[in-house]
Amino acid sequence: MAARTRYAPDRGLTLRMTATMFLLGLVFVAFVAAIIGIGAAYHASSAAIVLFAIILGGGFAIGSLFYSDKIALRTAGGREVGPDDKEFGEYARLLHGTVDRLCALADMKKPRVAIARTRLPNAFATGRNADHAVLCVTTGLMDLLTPEELEGVIAHEMSHVAHKDVQVMTAASFLAIIAALLIRIAFYGELFGGGGRGRGGNNQNAGIIMLALMAVSIVVYAVSFLLIRMLSRYRELAADRSGALLTGQPSALKSALVKVSENMGRIPTQDLRAAEPLNAFFFAPAMKLNAKATLSTVFSTHPSLKRRLAELDKIQQQLGRTAGPGR
Amino acid sequence: MGFLDTLLGRTKPVQPKLDDLFALPSAAVTLDAGAGFKPTGSGSVCFRPVEGRSFADVQKDVQELLDVSSGKEGGLPVEVTKDSYGFNWLVSSHMSDELEALVTDLHAVNSSLVDNGFGPQLLCTLVAFRDDQERRLGLIYLYKRGTFYPFAPLSGERRDNALELQVKGVIGSDLKFEQDLSRWFPVWGAPGL
Repeated sequence: MAARTRYAPDRGLTLRMTATMFLLGLVFVAFVAAIIGIGAAYHASSAAIVLFAIILGGGFAIGSLFYSDKIALRTAGGREVGPDDKEFGEYARLLHGTVDRLCALADMKKPRVAIARTRLPNAFATGRNADHAVLCVTTGLMDLLTPEELEGVIAHEMSHVAHKDVQVMTAASFLAIIAALLIRIAFYGELFGGGGRGRGGNNQNAGIIMLALMAVSIVVYAVSFLLIRMLSRYRELAADRSGALLTGQPSALKSALVKVSENMGRIPTQDLRAAEPLNAFFFAPAMKLNAKATLSTVFSTHPSLKRRLAELDKIQQQLGRTAGPGR
Repeated sequence: MGFLDTLLGRTKPVQPKLDDLFALPSAAVTLDAGAGFKPTGSGSVCFRPVEGRSFADVQKDVQELLDVSSGKEGGLPVEVTKDSYGFNWLVSSHMSDELEALVTDLHAVNSSLVDNGFGPQLLCTLVAFRDDQERRLGLIYLYKRGTFYPFAPLSGERRDNALELQVKGVIGSDLKFEQDLSRWFPVWGAPGL
């Protein structure tokens, strides 16, 4: 069967993601080199501190990786449900049915399913691997969305599981955790350190090392923070993409995204003629929002709605192509 | 999924495996002999429709193709129904002794979707069986895994697990059976069952 595929990978996204991860790696190498450099320059060993930070940071990272599902469920107030749960009734039945089919379609292991009773529309998937994955949806989301839109959102969340995003992001944030710890250790070292020792020269050296360590850590933390956020946005786009390809309905996901995002971007339901007098007021906040957008996009974990819709448009065109080469 | 795909957040859509479908007619004989279930002659293909003109065209072509083939023998036309989860079911109805023709029809639907690049959209194929006590049984073929599993619905969204496991015992060696019981997904209210 020489079937042509309609599911070509997105080269641009792949390239940007690779570049981000490469930069993160570069920052890591530079960080290590700087620490070794500082240690060598002052003939002093800051290795103990760094080792301590790495062990502690590693502990945090592994801990959050292993308990990610429990922590996230606890925070969201979600509860794991079976298909015939008494409290959630129809919600649980619909959710399990949808997840079942998507798993069969994607040949995935079924994640555990949880529901949180809150009006805030939201959904997330965590867990360190496919065996421990848990998918949580709020009742608010299920009230707001049609079954098809809900399926789009679930396909997006299941793509996160398939992409092992929890593992990737934990590994990516490892560096930032260590840098943050070093900043703190160096800061307290500067405050209290060096007092008890008799040799003055050594003391001064230790002070300089601490300062240098702190400076390097701050830079590393800032740069890796931005890179991690960037990586997170690319992972979201990748999950949108895989989810839309899985269901074959990019429009359903688009409309879900629009509905879930705040009222500003939502397609109005009010008649144009009735809304017109109000439009004068809407304009000003909309302008303000745009001015702020450049800064907030750099720091946010999710890409902007506009960007996500534009990427989904591309998939829609890709799926709808009638003839021509599939690749 | 490879390491690189994980790193880059890519999933390759799973391509379906089709050929095992033709093992059904011989397994049906065993099923009749071992458990008393006979094919009803109806079967269905379940797939996720893709938005856009291209998919609609393919679906129309398939429907016409099957209508022509069943029309010749005076059979019933092909029906398309949409279920509450947004999946489409293409139901083909034959006489109860025409299992091979049914399987050929079902295979034709699958291969034309695959040939047009919509293979990843296929969910499952279902062939309906019934015994003397009018108990319903569906044999479901999961494309993405290339495996079969039984589904025996009772009234009110309950399923007859005992019967399902019995069926596995009878024809488990004739067909490539799904060994992972957690993948025996129910399809409530499946058309053609």
